[in-house]
Amino acid sequence: MLSTTEGYMTPDGRQIGGVVMEMKNITLKFGGVTAIEDISFDIHEGEIRAIIGPNGAGKSSMLNVISGFYIPQQGEVFFRGAKRAQLKPFEVARQGIARTFQNIALFEGMSVLDNVMTGRLTHMKAGIISQSLWRGPAEREETENREICERVIDFLEIQSIRKTPVSRLPYGLKKRVELARALASEPKLLLLDEPMAGMNVEEKEDMSRFILDVNDEFGTTIALIEHDMGVVMDLSDRVVVMDYGKKIGDGTPNEVRNNQAVIDAYLGVSHD
Amino acid sequence: MPEQLFFTIEVILNGLMAGVLYSLVALGFVLIYKASGIFNYAQGVMALFAAMTLVGIMEGRIPFAHLINAILGTKIHHFGWHVNAVLALILTMGVMLLLAWLVQKVIFKHLVNQEGIILFMATIGLAYFLEGVGDLMWGGDIKMLDVGIPQGLNLWIDETTYNMFDYGFFIDNLDIYATVIAAILVFVLVGFSQYTKQGRAMRAVADDHQAALSVGVSLNFIWIMVWTLAGFVALVAGIVWGTKSGVQFSLSLIALKALPVLMLGGFTSIPGAIVGGLIIGVGEKLFEFAVGPLIGGATENWFAYVLALLFLVFRPQGLFGEKIIERV
Amino acid sequence: MLYREAGDFSTTYREDNQTFPIRFDRYRYYAVMLIAFLVIPFFVNDYWVNAIFLPFLIYSIAALGLNILTGYCGQVSLGTGGFMAVGAYAVYKLMTAFPDISVLIHIVLAGGVTALVGILFGLPSLRIKGFYLAVATLAAQFFLVWVFNRIPWFYNYSASGQINAPERTFLGFTVTGAETKAWVAYLVCLVFVTISAIVARNMTRGALGRSWMAIRDMDIAAEIIGVNPLKAKLSAFAISSFFVGISGALYFSVYLGAVEVGEVFGINKSFLVLFMIIIGGLGSVFGSFIGAAFLVLLPVLLKNVLVGYFGWQTDVAAHLEFMIIGGLIVWFLIVEPHGLAQLWRLGKEKLRMWPFPY
Repeated sequence: MLSTTEGYMTPDGRQIGGVVMEMKNITLKFGGVTAIEDISFDIHEGEIRAIIGPNGAGKSSMLNVISGFYIPQQGEVFFRGAKRAQLKPFEVARQGIARTFQNIALFEGMSVLDNVMTGRLTHMKAGIISQSLWRGPAEREETENREICERVIDFLEIQSIRKTPVSRLPYGLKKRVELARALASEPKLLLLDEPMAGMNVEEKEDMSRFILDVNDEFGTTIALIEHDMGVVMDLSDRVVVMDYGKKIGDGTPNEVRNNQAVIDAYLGVSHD
Repeated sequence: MPEQLFFTIEVILNGLMAGVLYSLVALGFVLIYKASGIFNYAQGVMALFAAMTLVGIMEGRIPFAHLINAILGTKIHHFGWHVNAVLALILTMGVMLLLAWLVQKVIFKHLVNQEGIILFMATIGLAYFLEGVGDLMWGGDIKMLDVGIPQGLNLWIDETTYNMFDYGFFIDNLDIYATVIAAILVFVLVGFSQYTKQGRAMRAVADDHQAALSVGVSLNFIWIMVWTLAGFVALVAGIVWGTKSGVQFSLSLIALKALPVLMLGGFTSIPGAIVGGLIIGVGEKLFEFAVGPLIGGATENWFAYVLALLFLVFRPQGLFGEKIIERV
Repeated sequence: MLYREAGDFSTTYREDNQTFPIRFDRYRYYAVMLIAFLVIPFFVNDYWVNAIFLPFLIYSIAALGLNILTGYCGQVSLGTGGFMAVGAYAVYKLMTAFPDISVLIHIVLAGGVTALVGILFGLPSLRIKGFYLAVATLAAQFFLVWVFNRIPWFYNYSASGQINAPERTFLGFTVTGAETKAWVAYLVCLVFVTISAIVARNMTRGALGRSWMAIRDMDIAAEIIGVNPLKAKLSAFAISSFFVGISGALYFSVYLGAVEVGEVFGINKSFLVLFMIIIGGLGSVFGSFIGAAFLVLLPVLLKNVLVGYFGWQTDVAAHLEFMIIGGLIVWFLIVEPHGLAQLWRLGKEKLRMWPFPY
C-alpha cells in the first residue's frame, strides 16, 4: 500500500499532492443497522479516488458522511489538515466540497443556467437591498459569476441548452448539468455518486472524458462511487473497496484487483 | 374545594366527548391520506354536503331548485313528500358513493404522482366547488336536522352524580350518543382495515402504490373505496354536528378543528388520530376554562393550532408518526 | 410580425439578464406604465376605482408576496389573511400614534412589522415541511385574528372593536379617510404596486431567488450544494410578509377605511390570495398580476351578467361563483400548474416563431 501522508506519482505521470481529506474510524448507524463500521481512508490532492463495493455496502452512506449530510456516531473527519467540527451540509459545501447525486437532484423548475448558477451561491454575498434594486454589488456579482458558469457550460458542451428548463432534458444531459452545477462552485473536492449509472456506452465514454478533463484541467480532487468496474479501474488512481459496511481493500486498481478479500466479496468468480 | 374539582372534571369529560368527534373527522383524513397520499382539505365540506343532502332528501327538496327557478323562471321548491330517516340515510350514502366516484374519475385520476402539496391545493379547490354545489343544490339556508338522536341534559347522570357528590354533572345526551357512535365507527374502521381483504389491499396501497399494483390490487377501486369511506365518516360527523347546531356553513369548519389533531397524531396513524383528538378536545376546553377568562376568551379558535405547532417544532413526525430518515 | 427577437442580440451578460430581453416586450412594458400612470388617472370614476382598480392593485401586492413564499420558495402559507391583518393594524397604530409622519412611511413600516411577525411564524418551517407547514400557518391565521379581535390595545379601545383610518394627506392630497379622491387612491396604490413588482422581480432573478427556488425544488439537495435553509426560508417568509403587510395596510387605510378583522382578514382572504397565485401562476411575478386581475374581475363580471342582466338572485350567483372558482383551481392544477402566466408564455413562444414554426 502507498504511503498515506506524502504525495506520489501516478503511472501516467501526474504528480499527486498530500492528503486533502482523511476519514478516521468512521462508524455510522441507523437505529440498529450499522451502515459503516470503523472505516478509515484518505484522499490526496489531485487524485481520482473511487469507492466501490456491492449493493448495500455503504458506499452512498460514506459519500453522505463526507458531504456532511449524515453525521457519523463515531470517528473523525479531517479536511485540509483540520478536524472538521459538526457542520451542517451547507457549511461543508462552503468549505469547498461539491457533489452530484445518484438519483439526479437537479432543481427541476429552473433552467440549466439557473441550476448551474446555484452552484455559485456559496460565492455570492450581495445584501438584500442591493439585490432588490439590482444595482451595485448584486449586479456586479451576477455578471462575474455568470462568466464563471459560462466557462463551465462551455467546458461541458451544454451551451445550446443553457436556457432550457431542466425538466425537459434527457437523462444523460441531466447528469452533465449536475456535474456542471457541482463544478461551478470551483470545489476543492468533488464527490460523484454513480456518475455513470443508467447510461449507455457512448454517454459513459463522454462522462469519463469529462471526469478526466476536470481532474486534468482544473486539478480538482475527485472521489467517486461507481458500479461499472471497467470504468472505475480505468479512471481512478486509488480505490477503496467496501463490503457490508467494512473496508476490505484499499490501493491502486492493480493492487485491489489482486486482493483476495476483494475477489471473494466482489469480483469473485468472474476472475477464474 | 370539591366544587372546583368537580367542575374541572366536568370540563374534562366534555372535552373528551368533543375530542371523540374531532377524532372522527380526523379519521376521515387519515383514511384518504394513508391510501392515496392526498391530504383532503375538503373533508369538512364533505360533512356539510352530506348533512345537507340528508336534510334535502328527508324534506323532499328539489335539487338545484334555485338554479332551475333562476333559469326557467319557475317557482318550484319541494316535491311535497317526506322521506323516512333510514331510507334518506341510505340514499345519502349512495350520493356519497357517487361523489367519491366522481372525485376520483374527474380529479385525482389526472393528478396521480403529483406532489402532495399540489394534491392538497386541489382539495381546497374541491372544497370550494363542493360548497358551491351544496348551496346551489339544496339552498343556502340554515337547516334543522333531526334523525331521532335525543338531545338535552342527561337527567340520570345529573341526578346520580348529585346524589353521590352533591354536584350534578351537566352532560348532553347528544354528546353521549355521538361519543358512542364515533367509538363504534372507529372500531369498525380499524377492524375493516386490519381484518378484511379490502382493508389489507388498502394498507398495501398505502405502503407502496407500485408494489400494490404489481400484485394485482386495483388502485382505482381502492381510491374510490377510501373516498367513499371518508364520505361515510363525513356523513356521520355531519349528522352529529348538524343535529347539534343546525346544518349550515360553519359545519364545514370542523375540518379546521381536525387539522391540528392530525398534526399532533401524525397524518398516517389511526391511533394517532384518536389520541390526538382526545388531547385537543380536553386541552382546548381546559385552557378556555382556566386561562380563557384572563385573556379575553374564545381561545378555542386557535389553541389547538398553537398547541400542535409547538408540539411539532419539537417532534416533527407527530405523536405516532415514524421517524423521518432523509435520503438523497 | 412585430414580435421578433431576430436581430435582437445580447452582447453582454448584463443585457442578457434584463427583465425584458426582447425589445418588443420592453416597449410594451413602457407603454403599459405610461397608460397606467398618465392616462387612467384622468378617466377613472369612483365605481371603477373601488370595484376594480384598488382591489386589483392591492391584491396584486399580496399575491406577489405569497408567490415569493409559495411559488418561489415552495412553502405553502394559509396565513395570508392574518398577515394582511398585521399590516392593517400596524399602520393603524402607527397612524394614530405618530400623526405627523407621512402615512406612506407608515405603510412601509407596517410592512416591516409584518415581516417580523412573518419571521416568527416562519420559524417552524425549519422543522416541518409540506402540508404540516401549511396547517401550521393556519395557526398564524387564527391566532392573529383572535389577537386583533380580543386585545383592545390594538383597536385603541374603540367601542365597536373596529379600526377606522383617520384622514391623512400627502403633498396636500388626501390619501386616507372618506375625503380621498378616487384617482389619488389609485395612484398611491399604483406606486406601491410598481415598486413592489420591480423589487420582487429583482429578488427572484438573482442569488436570493435562486436559493428560494432551490429549496422549493429539492430542499435536501439545495442544502448540500450550499444553500443555508434557515436564511433562505426565513428571508422568504420575511419578504413575503413584508409585501403582504403593505397590501394589508393599503387595503385598510386607502381602500376600505374601516375594518372589522374577523370579516375582512378571515381565512377566506388567505384562500383568495392563494387561488390568485394558483390561477395566475406559481413562481411568476407576472402571474401574480393576472391571478389578482382574474379573481377581482370574475365576481364583478358574474354579478353584472347574472344578477344585472339575467336578473338572478344574488345568492345563486354567489354559489355559482364558488363552484366556478373551485372548479378552475382544480382545472388549472390538472392542466396547467403554472397557471395563466404559463399559457401567456406559451402563446408568446408560438407567436415568436409565427408563421414559420420550424
